[in-house]
Amino acid sequence: MEVSNKPGILKRIAGPVVTAVDFDAHMYDVVRVGNEQLMGEVIKIDGEDIIIQVYESTSGIRPGEPVTNTGLSLAVELGPGLLTSIYDGIQRPLEVLIQKMGNFISRGVSAPGLDHEKKWDFVPVVKVGDEVKPGQVFGTVQETRSILHKIMVPPTAKGGKVTKIEAGSFTVDEIVIELDSDEKFPMIQRWPVRVPRPYVEKHSPSIPLLTGQRILDGLFPIAKGGAAAIPGPFGSGKTVTQQQLAKWSDADIVVYIGCGERGNEMTEVLTEFPELVDPKTGNSLMERTTLIANTSNMPVAAREASVYTGITIAEYFRDMGYDVALMADSTSRWAEAMREICSRLEEMPGEEGYPAYLSSRLSEFYERAGLVEPLSGGTGSVSVIGAVSPAGGDFSEPVTQNTLRIVKVFWALDASLSRKRHFPAINWLQSYSLYMAQLADYYDEKVSPEWNPLRAWFMEVLQKEAELQEIVQLVGSDALPENEQITIEVARMIRELFLQQNGFDPVDTYCDLDKQLDMFKMIKTYADLAYAAQAAGVSPAQILAVQAKNEMPQIKFTKDYKPVLDKIYSDMDKEFKALRA
Amino acid sequence: MKEYKTVCKIAGPLVFVEKTEPVSYEEQVSLVLPDGTMKRGKVLDTSEDLVVVQCFESTTGLGRDTGVRFLGETFKMPVSKSMLGRILSGGGKPIDGGPEIVPEKRLEINGAAINPYARGSPSDFIQTGISTIDGTNTLVRGQKLPIFSSAGLPHNDIALQIARQAKVPGSTEEFAVVFAAMGITREEANSYMADFERTGALERAVVFLNLADDPAVERTVTPRLALTTAEYLAYELGYHVLVILTDMTNYCEALRQIGAAREEVPGRRGYPGYMYTDLAEIYERAGVIKGLKGSVTQIPILTMPGDDITHPIPDLTGYITEGQIVISPELHRKGIYPPINVLPSLSRLMNLGIGKGLTRDDHKKVSDMLYSGYAEGVDLRGLVAIVGKDALSERDQKFLEFADTFENRFVRQGADEDRSIAQTLDLGWDMFQALPESELEKRIDRDLIKTYHPKYRK
Repeated sequence: MEVSNKPGILKRIAGPVVTAVDFDAHMYDVVRVGNEQLMGEVIKIDGEDIIIQVYESTSGIRPGEPVTNTGLSLAVELGPGLLTSIYDGIQRPLEVLIQKMGNFISRGVSAPGLDHEKKWDFVPVVKVGDEVKPGQVFGTVQETRSILHKIMVPPTAKGGKVTKIEAGSFTVDEIVIELDSDEKFPMIQRWPVRVPRPYVEKHSPSIPLLTGQRILDGLFPIAKGGAAAIPGPFGSGKTVTQQQLAKWSDADIVVYIGCGERGNEMTEVLTEFPELVDPKTGNSLMERTTLIANTSNMPVAAREASVYTGITIAEYFRDMGYDVALMADSTSRWAEAMREICSRLEEMPGEEGYPAYLSSRLSEFYERAGLVEPLSGGTGSVSVIGAVSPAGGDFSEPVTQNTLRIVKVFWALDASLSRKRHFPAINWLQSYSLYMAQLADYYDEKVSPEWNPLRAWFMEVLQKEAELQEIVQLVGSDALPENEQITIEVARMIRELFLQQNGFDPVDTYCDLDKQLDMFKMIKTYADLAYAAQAAGVSPAQILAVQAKNEMPQIKFTKDYKPVLDKIYSDMDKEFKALRA
Repeated sequence: MKEYKTVCKIAGPLVFVEKTEPVSYEEQVSLVLPDGTMKRGKVLDTSEDLVVVQCFESTTGLGRDTGVRFLGETFKMPVSKSMLGRILSGGGKPIDGGPEIVPEKRLEINGAAINPYARGSPSDFIQTGISTIDGTNTLVRGQKLPIFSSAGLPHNDIALQIARQAKVPGSTEEFAVVFAAMGITREEANSYMADFERTGALERAVVFLNLADDPAVERTVTPRLALTTAEYLAYELGYHVLVILTDMTNYCEALRQIGAAREEVPGRRGYPGYMYTDLAEIYERAGVIKGLKGSVTQIPILTMPGDDITHPIPDLTGYITEGQIVISPELHRKGIYPPINVLPSLSRLMNLGIGKGLTRDDHKKVSDMLYSGYAEGVDLRGLVAIVGKDALSERDQKFLEFADTFENRFVRQGADEDRSIAQTLDLGWDMFQALPESELEKRIDRDLIKTYHPKYRK
């Protein structure tokens, strides 16, 4: 559409929302506001009034200053250089911003998302005369040691026969491929963040996203291409859980969005990630990661955009056929940014002051997750894990409730568990995963046929314990029947050994499926022996005093744990035999 | 300078002015009364036909005849090293009878966000001498750790004890205290001032006082002035600055008052929907910057209305700050000082500041054991109330007693008792003697038990 370049005039300024008149604009056009050319986006058109949200502080701007329309919507730059980067909410690299404006974020500075000077070694995978389709991979760049960046024909192109393509060293702006349709493409693509990138078809996910966290992989797994929510009051461990997932999940690419969260926490991620080793490749974790940091005191409109920036980058890597995991910490801050802007627009709010479109925005966002067949063929996935920070820890508030209607995995964080230093503080009775049925085959075939029955047994014991605890609260544990005293003990073992996991211990921080299975079996073996002994007349006191189980915690903290496990099995066997003799 | 006489509406702290030249957003304003008195304000909303000015002082005496002058710049504050030792009003004017501040610099009071990439990792352990903070909720330089309290609890004494005793062991770097009072009583302010004078802390302190009878709207500026001063001292002069903000609840009330006057759509309990962002703009002004010497550490104090931690003020604060120290009315009633309840308390940056080479290698594990031991003991108290103590197993009885010992020995200490971190941790080990060693082994490595458990130490 034609947009005249005539600058408009600012009419009113009230916080991050400003009104301009006398110019042409369309919804979500990016505009430059005031003499300092602050970046903004059109969010409402009301007669002559064009209402704009500004991504930078509007302090000191006055009516009468000019507004110019770029005619483009808010877009990100996609291409080699995304990985290892750390961006603000509108894809400005924070490192570049320091060079341009010092330690504090000032305004009126633009910085491109990708490095336009750097040369990358481009290797073609098609040759002259080949036919290329939109979305097809035509070359590669080894972006980091871990990730081969695939260069694709933009999804909106026509495609055609290749007339020119060469290997060599190029910047992202140089043309690397020419087609007989007269189209020429550099490595860079620009994509509007509010528009999902196209794909051929969406599949039903069937492979778990493995995280090395026992309670997640073992009891409440998320599928690759799935969506999960982690709601919890402050201090219950949302951020730690998100960071554990960013570190250990077996995705190819991780996009981590710090949306309206703490500055010092982002620093922690920034200092820690480069030093951590990716268990899959042995390289630094940073080499597969893109970080987006829009802390709570950075402009609220940029916070609103940060989630879209992140998911667009995630979709781009998905289109190359990678499994991408996106962590958004926290989607509540995103919702609050919407609320703040909505109230400045003096719109009629929905529940608790949130805009009436909160629910549709949340579902649009989570719907961008999925296991798909991208235009380039094969499969790729985006898994979305959104933290939710419910006000007052109350799960009935609108953001939590609207999120739960969409996601299929719910990891409920519980402050009372974190107070007891039970970490991860995920409540095993409230949490659920609706992917269990879809993933059962994977566990059956790829891990062990024993897995699914053992998992079901674990859940059953935990549920039984919850019922028994109610009785214990009333009458004390001695009053329980003998076999149920053992159930209480077994449940305690499940909680303390299996569910509790120490993210700060170098060994326990990551636990693979084989080790999880071994722990499943160890506890089940103890339980079987204990119930059998009890049935044979041994008193619960004697059974609970079995020494072998004191060694069990060592399994968690020992890298080469098999010898310890063998010893536990043989000791258990001996002790129970002695008891029954 | 042009003076407008076009005031068309006054509502609460807001003054509406018509037909002005273009005025910039957040520009400073002087309101001139017929008798020549000047009041200060800033622009909240500006358009060609109407400008909304928020007056920082009482609007008594303002009317249609009030003159309005727009000063052409946003609120800037004069700062200088000579502010140390001075007492200023909540609006930044000297009230100690001393001379005006001679500015070395004039700074924007809203401050800019620190680029997350420029932040250094906070890792210097601050020893406060209070076991429940040092041992289990460690404070580090650059952290923001609020105190959640309730009416009638000794949060001021705790804040003062921290200000008195806080030090980084083995460091002799210069440090300063910036104290901002918002809506506290004259009496409370006096006790702070008396303590600062008694301990000589006033020489290296900058005090901002907005008392209970000062205009509420001025409170919205006070913390910003305090933090601008703190940032100047820290990032330009290299001081390690401890900022105490009390009471943030009064600040939020003032924010709500302005929101209501503007007829904004309110969020929870009538507080404005942007309160999270507004509080973040205050609390996030703490930290360490890579390559710079100083640091800003914040201890905001807030009283939870009705001792309700889910009230919007503590709730939003807790989501921004790096943990919280919670003060408990129950412990206070038991006569325990400082009545810090460690169970809901938390320090998120603790792990960065403790451990081998920082405090001691057993710190993390001792802290975890203390926590879980106390939590279990407290749970059992509920059970004992129903079934009686005798129905407990021997193991459970030990934990029940541990909870009492924890409160009486670990939590309880004197207002001037300055415990070193080694004393705090050793005290923990001393208490662990009462627990079975197999329970300790669930949380603590055997090596550490062999090193620190009194049984193995001669």
